[in-house]
Amino acid sequence: MAKLTFRTDNCKGCGLCVDVCPKKVLELAQDKINKRGHHPVEAARPDDCIGCGSCAIMCPDFIIKVER
Amino acid sequence: MIVYDKPHALLDVPLHYCPGCTHGIVHKLVAEVIDELGIEGKTIGIAPVGCSVMAYDYFACDMIEAAHGRAPAVATGVKRADPTKVVFTYQGDGDLASIGMAETVHAAARNENITVIFINNAIYGMTGGQMAPTSLVGQVTQTSPYGRDPKLCGYPIKVCELLSELEGPEYLERVTVNSIPHIRAAKKAIKKAFQNQLDGKGFSLIEVVSSCPTNWGMTPQNALKWIEEKMLPYYPLGVYKDRSAAEVKE
Amino acid sequence: MADKVLMKGNEAIAEAAIKAGCRHYFGYPITPQTEVAAYMAKRMPKIGGTFLQAESEIAAINMVYGVASAGLRVMTSSSSPGISFKGEGISYLAGADLPALVVNVQRGGPGLGGIQPSQSDYFQATRGGGHGDYHMIVLAPSSVQEMAELTVKGFELADKYRMTSMILADGTMGQMMEPVALDFDVAPAPEKPWATTGTNLTRKHNIVNSLSLVPEQLERLNMERFERYALVKENETMYEEYMMDDAEIAIAAFGIAARVSKNAVKEARKMGIKVGLIRPITLWPFPDAPFKKAATHVKEIISVELSMGQMIEDVRLASECKVPVTLCNRVGGMIPSPEQVLEAVKKANNGGKQE
Repeated sequence: MAKLTFRTDNCKGCGLCVDVCPKKVLELAQDKINKRGHHPVEAARPDDCIGCGSCAIMCPDFIIKVER
Repeated sequence: MIVYDKPHALLDVPLHYCPGCTHGIVHKLVAEVIDELGIEGKTIGIAPVGCSVMAYDYFACDMIEAAHGRAPAVATGVKRADPTKVVFTYQGDGDLASIGMAETVHAAARNENITVIFINNAIYGMTGGQMAPTSLVGQVTQTSPYGRDPKLCGYPIKVCELLSELEGPEYLERVTVNSIPHIRAAKKAIKKAFQNQLDGKGFSLIEVVSSCPTNWGMTPQNALKWIEEKMLPYYPLGVYKDRSAAEVKE
Repeated sequence: MADKVLMKGNEAIAEAAIKAGCRHYFGYPITPQTEVAAYMAKRMPKIGGTFLQAESEIAAINMVYGVASAGLRVMTSSSSPGISFKGEGISYLAGADLPALVVNVQRGGPGLGGIQPSQSDYFQATRGGGHGDYHMIVLAPSSVQEMAELTVKGFELADKYRMTSMILADGTMGQMMEPVALDFDVAPAPEKPWATTGTNLTRKHNIVNSLSLVPEQLERLNMERFERYALVKENETMYEEYMMDDAEIAIAAFGIAARVSKNAVKEARKMGIKVGLIRPITLWPFPDAPFKKAATHVKEIISVELSMGQMIEDVRLASECKVPVTLCNRVGGMIPSPEQVLEAVKKANNGGKQE
């Protein structure tokens, strides 16, 4: 069981993590706006996460912590 | 088990870079390597002038902000002051390959025992998207509005190829960070560049082909594709010099 | 009496720097200061120091910036055109509040100019030389002994006030040989907790930096820097007065011009003309006090310079334009003769009319 944690306030909504996820776990939350004015990433399908860490490796703002 | 978390050598502060800018990815790789080698306490980083000018606020090690293009000269001073310290510069293409070309070439020629992280994103980012020494032929920028015309302003400079002709440098490699496999390879190269310094082998430069979605006028995703389709054919990835490996072969 | 050795001015600077604990020298060849580099090239490897011939003056001053960041005593030397190159780095040193020593063995300008002595970088040195609001401590030796002593002083003041000291010499001072005693006391460098020497994971990271994008902060940094400059003015201003007590005419001169002028003063005194000499040793901070005082009892001040008249502006400011200040000069690598200065003195004594 993998676990994702986000530093949501630092997310810039670039979406690079969304694209790189092999299981399509992540989405930009269109209904939310963070402190920086971006739609932050969230785990839309957390149960599908395999904890590969690709999203965190890709994220330029190191907002994602991945545990497995 | 933690698969990934912020490296210790990066402070927990938001970066000022634009959304999807790959500077952040390279910052992470440098910090991860510093963590893995356990050298944060004895590392001094030199920030350039350009988009990464404020890198001094992000890395947890001691940091110096250099004048435009002069980071290799400043690094030379710091390293000569105490050769037991680990010294790296982090420079963009305008800083390293235009205004600071002399400092780059001579630090390489001296085989100065430092690590240079060179971000090549083919544009001046901080000043708003002007032509860089590495801008591609035909590339539209604020100061090449009709596309870079080689008749007018020559051809983009291939830094790794150029430096590889020198006797001096220990290690030169070009990497990119537009995909997970490429990021993993980039980290390996950066680690080698720091390890070389710890081993006293000398000047290592890692050129990271990077993106600038804002000034390229693209989404972050398309910018990564542009690296693959436009940048890499002109800037092929690979090791351009590995003197120790070559000596072993001989 | 200490043992004296016969040395060139340039060599005296180099040896004094080593005595002051400087173990890092970066430079680029240029006449007439090359002996400093040559001396360092010989000595530094023998004492575990670094001599490095940089690819340019710009690189050299930035190597200085690196060593200064690491908290060690460091220097570079050059001559006029090379100092212009270093202007960028000197401004960054000021912006980052780093101590360093820069030697300018001046030659004639502007442009490539010539290779003979000059004092025409006075404005550049005393007004900062690079961009932004800042000063260097500018020391003007007028003997080989002073070349050595002021070099040591330069390092001490640089460390004390976290700023750049400049030795403003000229081709004559650099090339002339005189006996010099090198057995001076050197104050040890102070602690530098701001230096980038690695955190050792025991403290927050240090940052050496001249960038400050918030105007309120940048204003405050400038204000604080100038508070420090005010202390330098108060505590470190240096000058020599020669036969000024009863003087009716004053000569203002530094460096080689002061030596020539002193001879002219002696000659004029033999003729019964009451003339004295004020010799600024620090050009920044400029010694205002002796000129202000002189303006109460002299009828004219003659500024003797190897320039088209640069220090004369500070002399006028310091004497508050209460008496006429005239210029006696040669330029382009030429040096005023004692006779030329004597003529200027006689003219002043004659109420401004040629005899």
